Amino acid sequence: MKASAFSYARATSVANALELLVAYGDKAKVLSGGQSLMPAMNLRLISPELIVDIGEITELRGIAVRGDVLSIGALTRHVDLLRSPEIAAHAPLLTEAAAHVAHPAIRNRGTLGGSLAHADPASELPASVVALNATIVVSGQTGERRIAAGEFFTGIYETALSAQELLIAVEVPVAQKNSAHFFHEFARRHGDYAIAGLAAQAIVQAGLFTELRAAFFAVGDRPILAKAATKLINIRITPAVLAEASATLGEELDPQEDQQASAAMRRHLARILLVRCASALLGPPAAGGPV
Amino acid sequence: MTAALPISLEVNGEPVDAHVLPRLNLADFLREHLKLTGTHVGCEHGVCGACTVRVNGETVRSCLMLAVQTHGASVETIEGLSDSGEIADLQAAFRDRNALQCGFCTPGMLVAAQDLLQQETEPDRERIREHLSGNYCRCTGYQAIIDAVETTARARMGRKP
Repeated sequence: MKASAFSYARATSVANALELLVAYGDKAKVLSGGQSLMPAMNLRLISPELIVDIGEITELRGIAVRGDVLSIGALTRHVDLLRSPEIAAHAPLLTEAAAHVAHPAIRNRGTLGGSLAHADPASELPASVVALNATIVVSGQTGERRIAAGEFFTGIYETALSAQELLIAVEVPVAQKNSAHFFHEFARRHGDYAIAGLAAQAIVQAGLFTELRAAFFAVGDRPILAKAATKLINIRITPAVLAEASATLGEELDPQEDQQASAAMRRHLARILLVRCASALLGPPAAGGPV
Repeated sequence: MTAALPISLEVNGEPVDAHVLPRLNLADFLREHLKLTGTHVGCEHGVCGACTVRVNGETVRSCLMLAVQTHGASVETIEGLSDSGEIADLQAAFRDRNALQCGFCTPGMLVAAQDLLQQETEPDRERIREHLSGNYCRCTGYQAIIDAVETTARARMGRKP
């Protein structure tokens, strides 16, 4: 189908975009890369009165390292994440996650800010920024707000962002010494939405996890930072330890059922991802054979 | 503001000035306004890849981009890639290997395949599959398409297919 009629404004600055968003409220929609917004409009799932195109706002571009923080502009495209040496050096989880986002032609347009603001629970980047303990920077008429990624996502396509605010950047703590990451998703075909996925960021010392942030996606209404991962911290990983953590994970998750998978299948796949994550980052479990 | 807006862009190397409604997507602009019907419209929500074109040298889904967003941009369609001879060898390989039946997906498939071949000189079959994974073909079962792209990559490397 075709999108219904709307008005179009090409914002010239963040301030200009905010003026338009304040004037139109939830009748306006921000157009970044358009790779989720345009399908929704073409399918007439949404019919905004005004499209505020932020694509030309240069202050929303760029990737920069400032001390211990990697700052990534909202308009950074998936292909930019994939190719950036700064991202590969300081947040390699994002490089790996971006490779799983849709297909090349989509990655050439879709943006980090757009993906986070859209907050599809099955998408890769929201879970990745939760795993990285990133901060989402949003701008509004009264100034900037900094929101922890773990508190930014509030439900299916819902975030802490108001209709009068603009997501302007993401700040990621640069990877520390001994940090390690894991990213994997199960999907029917490459580029499809995940049936279940895991983005994890860890610190590994002497064969133990001293920190493990495991953010699951497509198994809830938002990225789920698994509490079960705490059972793998500062302990030698044995099959018994892994079994207990994966059982806890199963209880913690409440996945949805759809055409692709039942809730039980998603729970099962999430458990497998946790086990694989531990094996990939620490090597096979200490004793007792395979899990 | 729902009125038509002026845009100036380049399409296949030629300057184009037009007035377009904001809701008009690039695929429909190319097809309906410029009569460049090689760009096909399949799903209209970014899944099938039939509408793949190049904007500023990069592949995009023309159904997921507004015509107004191409103001100041350079757009290349299958007609441009074909007429310039840029993909003549790739097209010949598709024909030789029977890598199309109905041909609906072929323009998008060719644009996507050429994009890969520009980025990587010797992609293996897995890379070819991955790069074309966003382009649906309902006829061939893909094997012949992968063959044709692989053959072209090898030929461009100066090696026998």
